[in-house]
Amino acid sequence: MAEKQMSETKGLMGWIDARFPLTSSIKNHLTEYYAPKNFNFWYYFGSLALLVLVMQILTGIFLTMHYKPSAAEAFASVEYIMRDVWGGNYIRYMHSTGASMFFVVVYLHMFRGLIYGSYRNPRELIWLFGVAIFLCLMGEAFFGYLLPWGQMSYWGAQVIVNLFSAIPFIGPDFAEWLRGDYLISDATLNRFFAFHVIALPFVLAGLVLVHLVALHEVGSNNPDGVEIKKNKDPETGIPLDGIPFHPYYTVKDIVGVVAFFIVFAAIIFFAPDMGGYFLEANNFVPADPLVTPAHIAPVWYFTPFYSILRAVPPIFNSQFPGVAMMGLSVVAFAFLPWLDKSPVASIRYRGSLYKKWLAAFVVSFVVLGYLGTVPSNVWGQFGSWMGGADRATVVARICTVIYFAFFILMPWYTAKDKTRPVPERVTN
Amino acid sequence: MKKLLIVLALLPATIFANEAKIDVSAPIDMSNHESLQRGAKIFVNYCLSCHSANYMRYNRLQDIGLTEKQIKDNLVFAGEKVGETMQVGMSQKDGKKWFGAAPPDLSVEVRARGADWVYAYLRGFYRDDTRPSGWNNTVFDKVAMPHVLYELQGVQELNHETHQLELVKAGRMNLQEYDAFVGDLTNYMAYMAEPKQQNRKHTGILVLLFLGVLFVFAKKLKNEYWKDIK
Repeated sequence: MAEKQMSETKGLMGWIDARFPLTSSIKNHLTEYYAPKNFNFWYYFGSLALLVLVMQILTGIFLTMHYKPSAAEAFASVEYIMRDVWGGNYIRYMHSTGASMFFVVVYLHMFRGLIYGSYRNPRELIWLFGVAIFLCLMGEAFFGYLLPWGQMSYWGAQVIVNLFSAIPFIGPDFAEWLRGDYLISDATLNRFFAFHVIALPFVLAGLVLVHLVALHEVGSNNPDGVEIKKNKDPETGIPLDGIPFHPYYTVKDIVGVVAFFIVFAAIIFFAPDMGGYFLEANNFVPADPLVTPAHIAPVWYFTPFYSILRAVPPIFNSQFPGVAMMGLSVVAFAFLPWLDKSPVASIRYRGSLYKKWLAAFVVSFVVLGYLGTVPSNVWGQFGSWMGGADRATVVARICTVIYFAFFILMPWYTAKDKTRPVPERVTN
Repeated sequence: MKKLLIVLALLPATIFANEAKIDVSAPIDMSNHESLQRGAKIFVNYCLSCHSANYMRYNRLQDIGLTEKQIKDNLVFAGEKVGETMQVGMSQKDGKKWFGAAPPDLSVEVRARGADWVYAYLRGFYRDDTRPSGWNNTVFDKVAMPHVLYELQGVQELNHETHQLELVKAGRMNLQEYDAFVGDLTNYMAYMAEPKQQNRKHTGILVLLFLGVLFVFAKKLKNEYWKDIK
């Protein structure tokens, strides 16, 4: 942190700086925040996640002006927004597409952390705040998904809330407390609305703030996993491989933002349903507590975890093991800083063993994600030699094992892996 | 990594295939205003007696080239105001009592079922004496709705060996006329499910053109700043 120099600025800025650290904040976080000069494609997704967050908040504000959080009116109010509110269809599509794109950019952002070792010392806290943001985002998406009050909203919420009933002892009471009723109802819709528009956005914004404060304290990682602060100009104290975030990365991120908007606009204007992945057909049927849909699946961004839930067999007729494994599959990310025993941070200098495990993990994640969107009999059954088990379930179980092995075995394979020498300075 | 991205991009192509098999393709053409206008007329004449379209306002039909006077004179029957939505007098309760299931609101039916489903459904009624209404449907088994359009289409029966529908009593229309008739209706229902969809696509082209130009400038600006970074 630069020392506060009150005499440096004059006029209005001087007046403000004597009372609020405006100039020093701009310096610390923008013009004199030195970021490594070798950021690549993967480094766009952090700023894009922030962009989507702001967009979700802004579109969300306009949606709440017209949306009615009541079981009798919710579905109709969404159609009212789509038809009678000026620009309402775009605001709604921006919000629904934004939800999915939030997960797209966050998953890519997390993958970046994974391949370049951004979670490692000294960035453990940044990573933990990030995992908390991810959990919070999942909650935010889950609560928001009930609000259109379609069949998928209703039954998806029913299934997920019922999962909590599987927790021993406190489960059923907890599920009832969450719903505010014995089943998903008007009371549930009202409280989910409160969580979605007030509680979680507040927490999310706070977590994003500390995520950034922690990042700017230790500085950004880079594709080489080299600490740029180790090589400073002896006179200025500026990292030799660092460049000021503003203007270099602000102008670079603008390119990323425009490219993102091109993809985003293409979806909003030409395929807002995304073939049933972003807006599900069944959610255009109003919620009906008496008609259970034949196939209930969560939205695509939850499906890898949902697949793990389905893949774990019940023990003593209890679904709890599946629920616990699903919870663990998300929380597992938090342990990465202490599981990785490799001497190098970046995938560029890791050996083939790590790369194989990472590839297996990514493939498992994608396969689990796909299987979560379809019924478990989608690939038919094995013959009697496998007891006639669903092929998809067996594949999901194998993928679940690989998913967890990636974490559990990490101390072993990262320590054993042959690494390549890391350069002193970043490469281009 | 590129391969992974390609796989992810192609995922939406493998859309849900768990619905009943639909082997017909509805003649959807949002730019064909005549078809949409015919469809609107069919909808208010045949469907709107039992099915509401609670989110659709009559005067929105100006989108498809009708004037407010034309709408008032030809499409509004029960003295509603032209700015009102397409409601029905029949209550949900009565509907359930009379048909066994309340007729659903059709505003967004095409988004829920797909246009091809609706088109196949309208062509798929056949005589089935085991059903209370006397009708069944190839894409919606044991449907509660009777065949409202049988005077036009005629009476079909299901051949249980070939699983094909056979026309046993001709209606007022021949096959082509009836298909065009329900095609117009389906086209209208697809429009009604999202009236702003045409407009959305036109706007989208302008937005993408703008973003394309903006991208070039953003890229040039970035290169200008970055040219001294080695």
